[in-house]
Amino acid sequence: MAHKIEVKNLYKIFGTHPEKALGLLKEGRTKDEILNKTGQGVGVADVSFHVDEGEILVIMGLSGSGKSTLVRCLNRLIEPSYGHILLEGKDVTKLNKEELRILRQTRFGMVFQHFALFPRRTVIKNVEYGLEIQKVDQAERQERAQAALEQVGLKGWENSYPSQLSGGMQQRVGLARALALDPDIMLMDEAFSALDPLIRRDMQDELLKLQEKMHKTIIFISHDLDEALKLGDRIILMKDGYIVQEGTAEEILTNPATRYVEKFVEDVDISKVLTAETIMKNPIEIASYAHDGPKAALWKMNQAGISSIFVQHKGRLEGIVTAEGAAAALKNGEKDLAGIVIRDIHKVSPETPANDLFPILAENSTPVAVVDKEERLLGVIVKGSLLAALSEGALGNGTS
Amino acid sequence: MEHLRIPIGKTIELTIDFITEHFSFATKAFADVTETGISFLVDTMMFFPPWVLIFIFAAIAFFLSRRKSIAAFTVLGLALIWNMGLWAPTVSTIALVLISTLIAMLIGLPLGILSALNSTAYRIIMPILDVMQTMPAFVYLIPAIPFFGLGPVGAIFSTVIFSMPPAIRLTCLGIKQVPVELVEAADSFGSTRSQKLFKLQLPMATPTIMAGINQTIMLALSMVVIAAMIGAKGLGGEVWKAIQRLEPDKGFEAGIAIVIVAIILDRIMQKAGAGQKTA
Ligand SMILES: Nc1ncnc2c1ncn2[C@@H]1O[C@H](COP(=O)(O)OP(=O)(O)O)[C@@H](O)[C@H]1O
Ligand SMILES: [Mg+2]
Repeated sequence: MAHKIEVKNLYKIFGTHPEKALGLLKEGRTKDEILNKTGQGVGVADVSFHVDEGEILVIMGLSGSGKSTLVRCLNRLIEPSYGHILLEGKDVTKLNKEELRILRQTRFGMVFQHFALFPRRTVIKNVEYGLEIQKVDQAERQERAQAALEQVGLKGWENSYPSQLSGGMQQRVGLARALALDPDIMLMDEAFSALDPLIRRDMQDELLKLQEKMHKTIIFISHDLDEALKLGDRIILMKDGYIVQEGTAEEILTNPATRYVEKFVEDVDISKVLTAETIMKNPIEIASYAHDGPKAALWKMNQAGISSIFVQHKGRLEGIVTAEGAAAALKNGEKDLAGIVIRDIHKVSPETPANDLFPILAENSTPVAVVDKEERLLGVIVKGSLLAALSEGALGNGTS
Repeated sequence: MEHLRIPIGKTIELTIDFITEHFSFATKAFADVTETGISFLVDTMMFFPPWVLIFIFAAIAFFLSRRKSIAAFTVLGLALIWNMGLWAPTVSTIALVLISTLIAMLIGLPLGILSALNSTAYRIIMPILDVMQTMPAFVYLIPAIPFFGLGPVGAIFSTVIFSMPPAIRLTCLGIKQVPVELVEAADSFGSTRSQKLFKLQLPMATPTIMAGINQTIMLALSMVVIAAMIGAKGLGGEVWKAIQRLEPDKGFEAGIAIVIVAIILDRIMQKAGAGQKTA
């Protein structure tokens, strides 16, 4: 499938002689060197990526890494110096002024860090702005603006002025203003960064909830890794105008590409991000409920050097058998596992965060089973593997 | 002793002569329009008995400023002027100020907008304004005489030139002060340049523009008084007459009337500007 947006080798160089900077960039000079030598500011350098329909892509990086410049290049609020931006295959950089205006009116909704609400317009008039620009008639305008406001939970605030609203509410207006046009792409430049942490989390949840219904293509800028991990289907990390890593949250956390990424992920509580799926190991041995008796189970445990074994039955996880149980059954001459299988065991889904695994592991001496919806055994987690995963993460962040 | 003199004055004189000769249609048109405007305004105001007009002014003052105190001051101040027998020259001065301000705004606001939106225009207009504002007021009277002769039209011409710079400057400033993020937001919705101007920039700039208009009015009032020297009549004319006839009492009374008019106009405009801010 074609990508919704595809960015190819995009550069933005601030200054009157971008070609000078381009040459030096290709020689591998740094942004600072280029600024000192030529006076040209490198905003975005050789950036290529894609976004798929309905996806939330988070662009992350420290202040000054080029995030705002990049996102503004997409709707050409900032004119790219070189490169191409394909929106459903059509090159945005080639559009003339009029076509570009239509594109902005119909395809892109933008939400700003400091809300950028029009202070002399009421809330509803703010939300109507985009429709007004398109000369939608008054009645329809109001209706659509009202719907957008209700979507973000601001019914009843229509006739207030932005200055009368709290930060969180103001950004809801900002969101509604973009949504009122029903664009298929949302550009959100640090949309929640100016809000305090609690409100911010609310807004993140709200956005995810809305996204479940709307399925927009969202490009979300953030300098906060926790936010990126929460919102992003994929994450792009930028530094000095370049993309330094691209991937899912886990890929970035467990395998930071550079020292810069490591520094970025240093502060993250790994246990929040790692899930059962990343930590679990393949079961070394499994006993079959139908075919294995206590003797076979014990033999398998001995072979694998483990003290308990999961039992499967017709592809489903039946329970667990311990070495002591099996030994006792063997003594009693039992032929199958029916009497000794422990069915009341802890099962978790692959998405379970590592944080939630700690208490489960603490309570149980046996390993935890990771199962899918059909109760098929996907993997096992023992205390050791969780700690190992965590320390691996910590080691990766701390030392190298 | 002869020495080489750079002919600045001569050049300006020649330019004035040239304009007088070849652009008489333009100066004539300006004269006709302003003369009609002045006589219409003066006739209208003089049509009412003074006390009716005083209450009309007070009502306007209240409507614009929403302040009872300003309305009350208007009534008392104008009544005092009437009492001093300066009603007719005051009406004439107010008419001159209003017409001059109107013309200054008609020219100044577009120039202010232009200089805010176009950096080349900005670089040309701003130095000219600097020169205009440092030039002594009297100098503007000089070209008025060859263009229009003695009388109120020449006075208005000088007044417009003298009082226009703040209207241009503050319009420009008001527009440039609109936060970049707001302009970006307007752009991100696909606004045209004029939509951006009329829906965002001008409304946001209104308080600053009002402050500019206020300054323009004050400058216009001071210039209209000075323009008595070229026959502007009005309150300035009364002062001028008093100087020539050595009648300090009359001179000071006219001076007080000017102050009253100035205070009324200033307060109304300030409150009107401030009122816009919170609207
Ligand atoms: N208008 C501009 N003129 C010159 N340099 C700019 C301009 N805008 C941004 N930059 C530079 O481009 C780089 C990236 O800035 P920006 O995109 O705002 O970063 P971020 O949003 O990641 O904080 C910075 O070094 C910044 O100084
Ligand atoms: Mg930024």
